[in-house]
Amino acid sequence: MKLKPTLSNYVFILPAVVIFTVFYIIPFLFILRVSFFDWDGIGNLNSAAFVGFDNFKEIFLHDSNWWQSIRNAGWITLIALTFQNVLAFLLAAACDRAVKFRNFYRAVFFIPPVLSEIVVGMVWRFIINDVDGANIVNNFLVNIGLGRFVHNWLSDPHTALNTIAIIHCWKGFGWAFLIFLAGLQTIPREFYEAARLDGANSWQLFKNITMPLLTPVVVLVAILTILGTMQSFVLILGLVGGELAGYTSVPVLRILTVMRDSSHFGYACALGINLGIILMAVSFIQYSFSRKARNYLG
Amino acid sequence: MTDRDSVFQDLARRYERLSGVKIDFELFAPSDSYSQKVRAAAQGRNLPDIFGVLSEKKDFASFIKAGYVLDLTPYMDENNSAWRNEFFTRALAVDEFKEGNSYGVKPGVYGVPIDMVAIMMLYNKTLLKRLGLDPERPPQTFTEFLALGKKIKAANLQGLVSGWVELWLVNCFASNYAFNIMGRDKVLATLRGEVPYTDPDWIKVFALFKRMKEAGIISNRVVSMINKTAEQIFASGKAVFAFNGSWCVNVYKGMNPNLDYGAILPPKASDKFPMAVWGGAGSSFVVNAHSKNKEEAVKFLKWLTEPAQQAYLARATNNLPANKQCRYKMPKILKGFSKAVDYSTHPNTWGISEFPIVNEALGRGIQSIILGEKTPEQAALEVQKIKEREMAKRRKR
Repeated sequence: MKLKPTLSNYVFILPAVVIFTVFYIIPFLFILRVSFFDWDGIGNLNSAAFVGFDNFKEIFLHDSNWWQSIRNAGWITLIALTFQNVLAFLLAAACDRAVKFRNFYRAVFFIPPVLSEIVVGMVWRFIINDVDGANIVNNFLVNIGLGRFVHNWLSDPHTALNTIAIIHCWKGFGWAFLIFLAGLQTIPREFYEAARLDGANSWQLFKNITMPLLTPVVVLVAILTILGTMQSFVLILGLVGGELAGYTSVPVLRILTVMRDSSHFGYACALGINLGIILMAVSFIQYSFSRKARNYLG
Repeated sequence: MTDRDSVFQDLARRYERLSGVKIDFELFAPSDSYSQKVRAAAQGRNLPDIFGVLSEKKDFASFIKAGYVLDLTPYMDENNSAWRNEFFTRALAVDEFKEGNSYGVKPGVYGVPIDMVAIMMLYNKTLLKRLGLDPERPPQTFTEFLALGKKIKAANLQGLVSGWVELWLVNCFASNYAFNIMGRDKVLATLRGEVPYTDPDWIKVFALFKRMKEAGIISNRVVSMINKTAEQIFASGKAVFAFNGSWCVNVYKGMNPNLDYGAILPPKASDKFPMAVWGGAGSSFVVNAHSKNKEEAVKFLKWLTEPAQQAYLARATNNLPANKQCRYKMPKILKGFSKAVDYSTHPNTWGISEFPIVNEALGRGIQSIILGEKTPEQAALEVQKIKEREMAKRRKR
């Protein structure tokens, strides 16, 4: 009697399970397996040398390039978490109110995220770098009397990463804006009206209504920002063409370089596993922290 | 390669008319994406009948050892080596594995060279004239080359441009000068681990980049430049020099047909040893050993490398032919590249490869020198440390 509905339930989820297994579980297990081999991606994996945990040991003990790429991506992520998300929140809060042309602003803010990363990279390269004589930003600085700030923004190792981070924020803040806006619109207006009647000021409204109710959205945006930024690389390829002697190196670019230029597929897979573990750990910490914050805020 | 698409399609049509065999040419760019595509095809057992291996010799060896590549030696050697004798020796060398090679590959010829390349220094004749120099006498020595820096800066031009975001191209330039300063034997001894990268001669090689930067010949920008951008800058007459391969002739022709330029060996930094540029086979095709159409594939490659087809290909794409019997009226600029092939060398013909991670450290070290973040000595020391670590790992395994 009970078996039939249970079976039919399994049948319903079977397609999803099959797709998930074929496209996620099996590739993950394959990558995990490859990470224990010294394999060049050409011959049969079974005939490649099994090296145990050597690839992981190499990452932790010797691969300074990898950790530099993690630091670089971490720095871009930090800027995105703060600068990008604060800006996105402020703009979302502004558009949540009855401002003029708010639908226009919404559309405009959402243009950068829908553009291809490589296109954004190429366009900004044209705007900001004088590699091919375009140099729009520098010409603008000269024209407004700020010639002393003229700089090779993308080819100076001291400014390249920050320039990339700012462009990444420009490209990504539209997503955060949309999610924040959706979150803000789910908060019932009656809460604010009642609080105002009780004499609450703007800061108290924000602290006691907006923040507690928006915490899940903030967590979501933070996790998406971390995952998206730590794995970004196409924008950097478009902007500086590569790793700029390591100064603009990020994890996925490193993995790609190791796989493509050195043919160390096994090692590249170990790097991928390492990155996955780091991202999972960061997301978990973020989630735990936000749960505590939500409990604290009430 | 994709700039040759229409020519290859035309050759495919001609062959179909001649033999009734339909050839489907598919060209992909950029080359590193193509390399990944071929690897994926190999793993998926769906390699085409004919393909190219655009990687280092050790990867080519892996393809062969994995059984993906047909040994063409019997075809090359039939009829008193008629097919083999069609090619320039330097062109075939890249596709050949000699007796006792360090890759553990059975000696033989495994690929067919389609064209040849040489990577040289190019100079803009018009700009050289504007700088007050004889356009027919470009700088011969490194000192003369550096002396141009001030004039180049004063004229608001760029000095040397090249796609040095790509490490192989940086390493190629360094390797040219390593041959010039310390000679082939010492370079190969370095690869074997017998000479350290901290050797004074290697420091001289590293220091060349610092000197070029200080003289204003190169700037930070060269390190974030892809070769396509460098080609655009040179073709638009904004840079005096470029470091590029002979494929650029067709590229520049498309970008600026009126560009007046010449090709020279990089200005020598020493009189001790001859300058050696990278050159030899450009593109090579191999036959899929598992293909049902092996024999047809070999027949097509024989036809494709006949003098008539080679002349058509060379003329239409401005590339150097691999067939030495090929006679056609070569453009003047290509003659310059053609002469350089005599001075050419290529890592794939050295019989020994550097560890890829050491090559990467070498390129990154040079990039750091150009960016002013490391001294030549620091860069050399870092490369040597990685080399020693890799040597130790190899001994352990």
